[in-house]
Amino acid sequence: MEKTWNNKAWFMVLPVLLLVAFSAVIPLMTVVNYSVQDTFGNNQFFWAGTEWYKQILASERFHEALWRNLLFSFIVLAIEIPLGIVIALAMPRKGWTVSLCLVLMALPLLIPWNVVGTIWQVFGRVDIGLLGHTMEALGFDYNYTQDPLDAWITVVLIDVWHWTSLVALLCYAGLVAIPEAYYQAAQIDGASRWAVFRYIQLPKMNRVLLIAVLLRFMDSFMIYTEPFVVTGGGPGNSTTFLSIDLVKMAIGQFDLGPAAAMSIIYFLIILLFSWIFYTVMTNAGQDRK
Amino acid sequence: MLELIDVSKATPSDTLIRSVSMRLEKGSLNILLGPTLSGKTSLMRLMAGLDRPTSGDILVDGKSVIGVPVQKRDVAMVYQQFINYPSLTVYENIASPLRVAKLDRAEIEKRVRQAARLLKLEPYLDRTPLNLSGGQQQRTAIARAFVKRASLVLLDEPLANLDYKLREELRAELPPVFAETGSILVYATTEPSESLLLGGKTATLHEGAVTQFGPTIDVYQHPANLRTAKIFSDPPLNTIRLRKAGANFVLDGGISIPVPRKSLGLADGDYIIGFRAHHLHLDPPRDEAVQIKAKVAITEITGSESFVHVDFADARWVGLVHGVRVIKPDETIPVYLVPDRFFIFDTSGALAAGPVAQAAA
Repeated sequence: MEKTWNNKAWFMVLPVLLLVAFSAVIPLMTVVNYSVQDTFGNNQFFWAGTEWYKQILASERFHEALWRNLLFSFIVLAIEIPLGIVIALAMPRKGWTVSLCLVLMALPLLIPWNVVGTIWQVFGRVDIGLLGHTMEALGFDYNYTQDPLDAWITVVLIDVWHWTSLVALLCYAGLVAIPEAYYQAAQIDGASRWAVFRYIQLPKMNRVLLIAVLLRFMDSFMIYTEPFVVTGGGPGNSTTFLSIDLVKMAIGQFDLGPAAAMSIIYFLIILLFSWIFYTVMTNAGQDRK
Repeated sequence: MLELIDVSKATPSDTLIRSVSMRLEKGSLNILLGPTLSGKTSLMRLMAGLDRPTSGDILVDGKSVIGVPVQKRDVAMVYQQFINYPSLTVYENIASPLRVAKLDRAEIEKRVRQAARLLKLEPYLDRTPLNLSGGQQQRTAIARAFVKRASLVLLDEPLANLDYKLREELRAELPPVFAETGSILVYATTEPSESLLLGGKTATLHEGAVTQFGPTIDVYQHPANLRTAKIFSDPPLNTIRLRKAGANFVLDGGISIPVPRKSLGLADGDYIIGFRAHHLHLDPPRDEAVQIKAKVAITEITGSESFVHVDFADARWVGLVHGVRVIKPDETIPVYLVPDRFFIFDTSGALAAGPVAQAAA
């Protein structure tokens, strides 16, 4: 049987193909290209094979940054998820306070990363910052530019301040979707406040919580701007996360080959975690059919 | 026994319940019949103790329970939505009110097994509600209400979200299950047919007021007022306003219908005539009937029955006829009214005269 082939369809997808090519595929391929070659400038390239990958995977520096990143994501999730739930539970369900609360909660989310960083950089300074100065006045030896622990606390605080409301808003959306009858039924049963949370609210928030965890993990794992603005990765290397290390390597040291290899590895790690979360989420979804 | 004495409930913006007085006997089945927003749920919330009446008193076995919190009321409730604890198994769900009541393990086991047997949930005890069909989810919720052996069981449109077949099945099972416990059963529904199928007593509700309360069949056959007749008719009650002049009901410039013999004594004047859909005939009936011409608006065919909507004067009527009847819209056809089947209401809506008694209504 003869079939009419109409190639016009290709023209229809051409724009999006070009867009994706220029915005994603070509840059990514450039990075792949760099990661397998060595260059000393003048556009002279030498084949390096998997050398850079081996170097990165074996390097102490990469391991440290990776662990720092994982630890950071873990701490941030451990604080933001429970805190977000608590805030969502405390938010009003009806009346004019609802919109007020929602706007207040959304505010931090609307502020650009670098502005958040700058706000906190000033806020935490011992000489002129409200937080830093107050801490010193209270007798705490707080200085995020000198003490690694203080730097960590500051960066974690920034992230908690910036993103907890996202978790809270997601949880709130989950909570308001629970029909009133559930609470009524629990009340008639004589269930305690804790039982209501444990057996009604938490199970009903399951899906949004998974989304919140996924979003917050991805985002915290890619953190760059805030520590870059506030601590610059220091003191020492104490807040040098993968992304900051990557930029140091690529633009600071111009080690383009290793930096490209690191980018690819970084990308693959995020892809791996995305896949894990996606699998967990879809499985959790099938569970409820 | 549960008594409501002149109970009212108002919110700042709305009056939900208007001076309702009812007496619900132990072991009785009481149906609250009324359209959406007629106050069924509000009334149930008051009975349960979830809300406090604005005025009036609620007595349980002669003692006022106003102010007694719902946890101490010995009440169970089933909702239109299938309300179960999503993360617990069916067994744990059914056991939950007993665990709260701190019953011992053996007793809990015994009661849960019994409830599961009665409601055919035995094969599903280890599943979570989300892995069950809608019918089984609602059975679980009903089982939870049952194991409590509460003296007052409130069922708020429990079958509304189920498909037709499951609804019939559960409707037949429900009253016997609860009859064993001697509970006062209160069942809210929007459907007159459900009321008739369940039997018991029916209270018809309109805008928060009970228009009539009595044995279901009595309320259906002898509605005390136009409201009750309207609420208790599906398809809707056909009505027309006519003037009684001597031995006839007349519509100026229209028809003249002989007044049923037993109603001849009514004073002349305006009346609202009501009759149910199955008393609007398309073929001459056996009874004495009046033929009038009406214009067909639309015909709905369900298979075994056809609903013929006709316009007469400024009224829209529905006739229920057996079998498939295809009639084109805008066609003018003869329809037959049986005066002996008329509900005659005065202009205030109170029943002036009911249908003439007959062997088969």
